[in-house]
Parts: sequence; C-alpha cells; structure tokens
Amino acid sequence: MASEIMTLNMGPQHPSTHGVLRLVVELDGEVIQKITPHIGYLHRGIEKLSEHRTYHQALPLTDRMDYLAPMHNNLGYVLAVEKLLGIEVPERAETIRVIMAELTRLKSHLVWIACHALDIGAMTVFIYAFREREKIMELYEMVSGARMTSNYFRVGGLSRDLPAGFESAVQEILDTFPGHFDTYEGLLTKNTIWLQRTIGNGVISADDAIDFGISGPALRGSGVDFDLRRDLPYSGYEKYDFKVPVGENCDTFDRYKVRLVEMREAVKIIDQAMKRLKPGPILADAPQVCYPPKESVYNSIEGLIHHFKIASEGFPVPEGEVYQGVENPKGELGYYMVSDGGSKPYRMRVRPPSFVNLGAIEKMAKGSMIADLVAVIGTLDIVLGEIDR
Amino acid sequence: MAENNRAVVKLKERFANALLDCTEYRGEVTVTVKKENILEVLKCLRDDLRYNFLTDVTAVDYLGQDPRFMVVYHLMSIPNKDRIRVKAPLTEADCSIDSATALWNSADWVEREAYDMFGIDFKNHPNLVRILMTDDWVGHPLRKDYPLQGPDREPYKGRLS
Repeated sequence: MASEIMTLNMGPQHPSTHGVLRLVVELDGEVIQKITPHIGYLHRGIEKLSEHRTYHQALPLTDRMDYLAPMHNNLGYVLAVEKLLGIEVPERAETIRVIMAELTRLKSHLVWIACHALDIGAMTVFIYAFREREKIMELYEMVSGARMTSNYFRVGGLSRDLPAGFESAVQEILDTFPGHFDTYEGLLTKNTIWLQRTIGNGVISADDAIDFGISGPALRGSGVDFDLRRDLPYSGYEKYDFKVPVGENCDTFDRYKVRLVEMREAVKIIDQAMKRLKPGPILADAPQVCYPPKESVYNSIEGLIHHFKIASEGFPVPEGEVYQGVENPKGELGYYMVSDGGSKPYRMRVRPPSFVNLGAIEKMAKGSMIADLVAVIGTLDIVLGEIDR
Repeated sequence: MAENNRAVVKLKERFANALLDCTEYRGEVTVTVKKENILEVLKCLRDDLRYNFLTDVTAVDYLGQDPRFMVVYHLMSIPNKDRIRVKAPLTEADCSIDSATALWNSADWVEREAYDMFGIDFKNHPNLVRILMTDDWVGHPLRKDYPLQGPDREPYKGRLS
C-alpha cells in the first residue's frame, strides 16, 4: 500500500510544548519520521544585553532564563564572576546558597512532575505538586520579596540575611515533603497507564546521550553516573553527603525515577545544610565589589558614596576568561565570561541545558507514535525562556 | 601550570606546529590552535585524552583586533572529571572553520547559534541556518559592531549607550 508523508505543525501554543516551542513533525500514519523544532520566539538577547550592563545589573537578567529555577541561574553567574575576581564567599553565604539552590531544584522538579503527568493524563499529581511548590514560592518571597525573579544572590554573597521564621518554614518542608513524594509515587509508579506510556519511550543510549551533549537527570537516566555537584564541585557541595541516582533502561520511566530520587536527595542536602548553618557574615570582605551595609549607607556620607559608586559605575573585573558550570535542575548550566578589565562583561555566554537537550528530540522520538512525542517533551524537562534566552 | 597538564603535553607532542598558545587562568586550561587543525585537535582530545563530552561551542568578537573572532570549544571528560577549553582564531575576511558535527552531534545546534549570532561559517555543517533569529534577519546580533537597539534604530542616548 502506498504511504504518504503528512506534515503536522505542533505549537507554538500547544499545551504540551511548555511554552512557545513549535515542532514541525513529518508523519507516516501516526509514526514520526522527522521532527524540525523551531525556536527563538522568546529570544530577548540576554547575552547582548549583559554586555551593556555592569556585573550587578546583568544579574537580574539571569533570573529570566530558566524562570522555574531562577536562583540556580543566579548561582552560576555569581560563581563565574567571583572566579574572575578571585574572591571567597563566607561560609554562611555559601551554605544559604546551597539551601536555596536545592529548594530551587525541588521547585523545578515539582513543575516537571506536575506538567509531565498532566501531559500524559494524570491530573491529580499536577494539583498536588503545585500545592507543594507554593510552599517553596513562599520561602522565595520571604528571602527575596519576589516569587519568581528572586535576584537574591549577589557577587560576593547574598543581598540580605535569612528572615525570622525561615528555619521553621524549611523544617516544615523537610518534615512533610518525603510523604508527598510517596504520594506521587503511589499515584504513578504502579499506575498501569503511566507505565505503558513511559516504559520504553524516548530511549537514548548512554553513548548517544553523551554524543548529543545531554546533561543533568536526562544523562543520568541513560546510565551515565555523572553529577557536577559531586564530580566538579562548586559552592561547597563536596561537604554534603548525597546519592547520585542512575537509570538503566534509558527510557522516560528511568528519567522519572532519577528525578524522584533527586528530589529526596535534595531534601537530605537541605537538612544537612540547615544543620551547618552558623551565624556569620553574608558578604565577602571585598569592599570594592560588595555593597556596604544599609546602616552605613543611611547614616554616613562615606557609606552613601560607596554605595553610589558601586551602583553607578560597577566594579572593575580583572582581564581574563572563565567557565563555570552548575548542576541546574535541567542539566549543566554554564557561564563563559570574558572580561576586558572593565566593569561590564565583554562577553557572557550562557550554555543552556534545555537548548542542548532539546537538540536530541528527533533522536529520541523518531519511529515512535505522535502521542509519545508529548511524553518525550515532558521527560526532557525543557523551559523555553532558557532555550531562547 | 598549563605546561604540566597531561592534555597540553600530549598536544604539544603531536601538534607542535598547530599550537599557538597554552595558558592557565584560575585553574582552567586554554589551548589556542590554528583553525586548519581544529578537527584533528578535537579528535585527539576526544579519542586519546578522553574529553568525550562537547559542552559548548561559541564565539567571541574582539572587534578592532586581528584576528577578529575566536571560536571557543568547551570540552569535558566524564571519566576524568576534567575540563579543557580550545580556541581557534578566525580573521574577518575568512570567517570559516570546520564543523565539529563530524565528531559530536551536540555541535549541531550550538554551531548554528554561533552562525546566527556571529556569522561564523562552519564548513560541512549539515544544516547551517539561523536558529534563534528569523530566517530573513539581516546581520549578526552579537557582533560588537551591531547596535544594541537593532540595525535601523537611533542609538539610545540614555544610561545604556
């Protein structure tokens, strides 16, 4: 029987594409022959904009890339600038960064499990996961005043110390979240429909995953035992004890299991970090870089001038180039910063994990049914704000 | 120092004529090579030195200098838990370099982005078209001589200019 290839346009406003992703899919019946992704609808030129702003002014731009994990984007950026400057962050600031980064991982993974399950037809998980995510949003609001674009970290430390009531709010999360994870697993791990939709779906072998540059949970789901937090540690992650989960069958179900274990491990890291938290300074002893304390700004002319100079002119950064990769919830987020010795980045390159992971979508979905493509998009856990920048 | 780095020693031995510079800054090793040899060097790093993961390919525009562009490759070794940066200079007149897609599939999209943003021509790339900007866009936005406000707008005279 003669077959005819049909071209189907999916997106840019399709509910399962998680933003403005457009896929042009060529189908033989229901079987996918070719996928051509069209991206760039959300391109805001963040790399270009950062070249025209001081290092402090470029920091809020990074919130707007992966808006599901803003603090992790901040973390990579401030670590890169600190590496260029060669300054050390005080221990308290480093520990708080780890707490916020792991809360961010939970926040991002909760959106992933919610949307992934909703795409495949399990609506209950969506409602539950968003209920839990709200708790983390409240913590974001407590520390930074904003629910999404937090901009809490600073070059050299943090914008402010933790507010009163933070510790008890985190303790509540540590106490209740493992039970919530059990609920999700109860709803999904033995659910026949979930198993049929995920086992054997979107298979990519370990060698192919490395070849396509896949990073993060998707790489570990393919059986590659690699985590930047453990293997190329930053921000003091070498002091924490946590497991790195690895999949075996390289399919959507394994990536689901990997992310669930990662959420449980994140809770353990936060618990360890809360126990390490000691009083102390939250900004590095680097007055040429860090803003002075507010008491000094409001009460002395020297403090006011100091604040004004840093806010208006920024601070010079030694000439050089560095690369800093962090284990974002989506994969390896890398900042390649080039400085010409001035107070603005000469070049800021962001290596977005979602962008590179999405490049493998055809490899993962080719030959499967069109309905399985929805599961593959969900399992890649992409966010278009970061892909398009 | 960079001279003692395992990869640098090996590269110096094998590509004595291709290596332009080896530096270490903040613990990161950078190797600059001639663009004609880029594929051989990357292949040697991948196959003999186990830098099996191509993290990123991008470019930097050093407007006013010659050569003007620098193509930057970030490689990572998953077995050795190590990184290396490889750079290759390109002149403005001959803005082309061999595509790394022959070695890694991950080079596909990042090279398309470098083409889109800097106008670098990656030879033998299977599908070198714009990826973030629209197909009919004129110019390459991340070049230093491309105005921040866009090609046909008066420069903003306020704080950002």
